[in-house]
Amino acid sequence: MSSERWFGDDSGPMVRLYALTRGRARPNGEFLDVIALIGASTLPEHDLTLSPEQAAILDLCRTTVFSVAEIASRVNLPLNVLRVLLADLAEDGHIRVTHPTLPGRLPDDQILREVLDGLRAL
Amino acid sequence: MDSVRSDLRQAGMQSFVALKILIAGGFGAGKTTMVGAVSEIQPLRTEEYLTEAGRGVDNPDGVERKTTTTVAIDFGRITFDDRMALYLFGTPGQDRFWFFWDDIAQGALGAVVIADTRRLEDCFPAVDYFERREMPFVVAVNCFDGSRRYRIDQVSAALDLDPGTPVVLCDARDRTSAKQVLITLVERVRQEKRQASAAVSR
Repeated sequence: MSSERWFGDDSGPMVRLYALTRGRARPNGEFLDVIALIGASTLPEHDLTLSPEQAAILDLCRTTVFSVAEIASRVNLPLNVLRVLLADLAEDGHIRVTHPTLPGRLPDDQILREVLDGLRAL
Repeated sequence: MDSVRSDLRQAGMQSFVALKILIAGGFGAGKTTMVGAVSEIQPLRTEEYLTEAGRGVDNPDGVERKTTTTVAIDFGRITFDDRMALYLFGTPGQDRFWFFWDDIAQGALGAVVIADTRRLEDCFPAVDYFERREMPFVVAVNCFDGSRRYRIDQVSAALDLDPGTPVVLCDARDRTSAKQVLITLVERVRQEKRQASAAVSR
């Protein structure tokens, strides 16, 4: 019966996710926030040792900057797997990471006023 | 363009501010609907695979059931003046994924707790969570067709909210209404910040 067979997405990833991260569940380096912004500083075609997933990340962030959450969604990788791959890319100088600016517990009032103005103008 | 900003790298990424707000509430309360109502992009979905034992996914049926769990997070984005992006993250509905909320909640501006008056108790865990973390939040009562209407003070009492936590009525499908909820939240964040700095200088 079809319910006992798994086709396509139902069968899970063709390559097990831990294989993409070479068995690591935790990234090296510092914590990457879901809204940290990532820009590529090298082009994927310049390094043939990159995995297809890493090349896809660099390709996506080639001309534009994306948040970690957007990259996960667009290259279709779970966040925890993506974080491992991004940490490796950062370590090897392939990407630049901008951590969200969160001075103290709450951002300063100027930023909050700008958010309010922006929301009201929507 | 469907990205944060193409000339961002020229402008220097440092000057760009990214902020996030959490949209919480019970299953089916309207979290993704609200994200979609105000986001400039179609809400995106990202997933996290959880494989660890004993991290809130305990299953008494036995270890053979201890497999991979997928937690999905839907999110959207609003960009202001090409130099500020506000991300809205719908938190997973199941409250057993608290530890995963911590991951997104860290550094968030504040939260919206969407309440469905047909199942008000569904949002208790979210209210508890943000009160414990001392994160500013507002309760947005999603007025579904046919749901019983309550007065704001009734909802506030039923949820046992701290005085000052705003409760607003909303229609999560409506952009203007969802926008108003976010404005109420950011005003609340400003107010809490002012109170905090007044307390320090006293």
